[in-house]
Amino acid sequence: MKARYLIPLGIFLALVVLLGVGLTLDPRKVPSPFIGKPAPAFRLPRLHQPEQTISPEDMKGQVWLLNVWASWCVSCRAEHKVVNRLVRSGEVKVVGLNYKDEPDDARSWLAALGNPYLASAMDRDGRVGIDWGVYGVPETFVIDKQGTIRYKHIGPITEASVKEKILPLVRKLKEDS
Amino acid sequence: MRYALLLSLLLFSLAAVARVEVHTFDSPEQEADYRQLINELRCLVCQNQNLADSNAELAQDLRRQTYEMIKGGADKDEVVDYMVQRYGDFVLYRPPLNLSTLLLWVGPFLILGSGVLVLVLTIRRRKREAGLQLNPEQQERARRLLNDKKS
Repeated sequence: MKARYLIPLGIFLALVVLLGVGLTLDPRKVPSPFIGKPAPAFRLPRLHQPEQTISPEDMKGQVWLLNVWASWCVSCRAEHKVVNRLVRSGEVKVVGLNYKDEPDDARSWLAALGNPYLASAMDRDGRVGIDWGVYGVPETFVIDKQGTIRYKHIGPITEASVKEKILPLVRKLKEDS
Repeated sequence: MRYALLLSLLLFSLAAVARVEVHTFDSPEQEADYRQLINELRCLVCQNQNLADSNAELAQDLRRQTYEMIKGGADKDEVVDYMVQRYGDFVLYRPPLNLSTLLLWVGPFLILGSGVLVLVLTIRRRKREAGLQLNPEQQERARRLLNDKKS
């Protein structure tokens, strides 16, 4: 009979656990259906040499990152120094996807903050962004030598996420043939 | 002065300059498909709005994509597949029934079922307690106690 009075307490505790776990999840982090899938193809003009193009095809055979950025994106500014430092370490090449931006704004943004990108693809109308499932800038993809997407980071990358997740993955993928 | 201010507020209201997308369709069926799709697809930026309600840049782009696909002769399933390939099941306001969404679909019925169970058990117990009969001796005692109180 006494045990019956514990039922509400039990329900309460179960709710606390459920809601507590819910608090630690970020609803903005939508699991990407692209992990393990081939990188969607595109061929876009380069920001700095519009007469030349850049495509994931050009990166076949190496491990690389695709960093989606825009000059209008505030958190891109925050992550930019991390990208700069990552590229300066020489461990991995980063291709930019300049998402829905004005080329002039984008160029002066890079001139002011530094240009870590091997090249930036100009996706002015955001169609390539849709193909890559981009829904919030910045986003960063890790692509292996075969051109398969291995990891997607949503939101600005930080020193911590580079050290704990991105670089270890890049090193591992480089060792794979 | 106040009226002039009010009038100018009305005249320069932001809603009045809001952009309206004008789409033309080849058939009423296409338009119905388009309307249904943008009502059932979720905007990933403002996650509690569908594509029809959201004015986020991405929602505008996805509406354009939906329109172009429908206009190009794609049927609803093709558009839904296209979106799911890129954004996952999350983009659907009507998620498919699979192992990871099982609880989502079955959960409400489980809760309903347990509610009904508790209700039935409670009613049964009440009935049993109401059906409790006193023997003549106990009835006499009860009457005495009640009468005592009265006097």
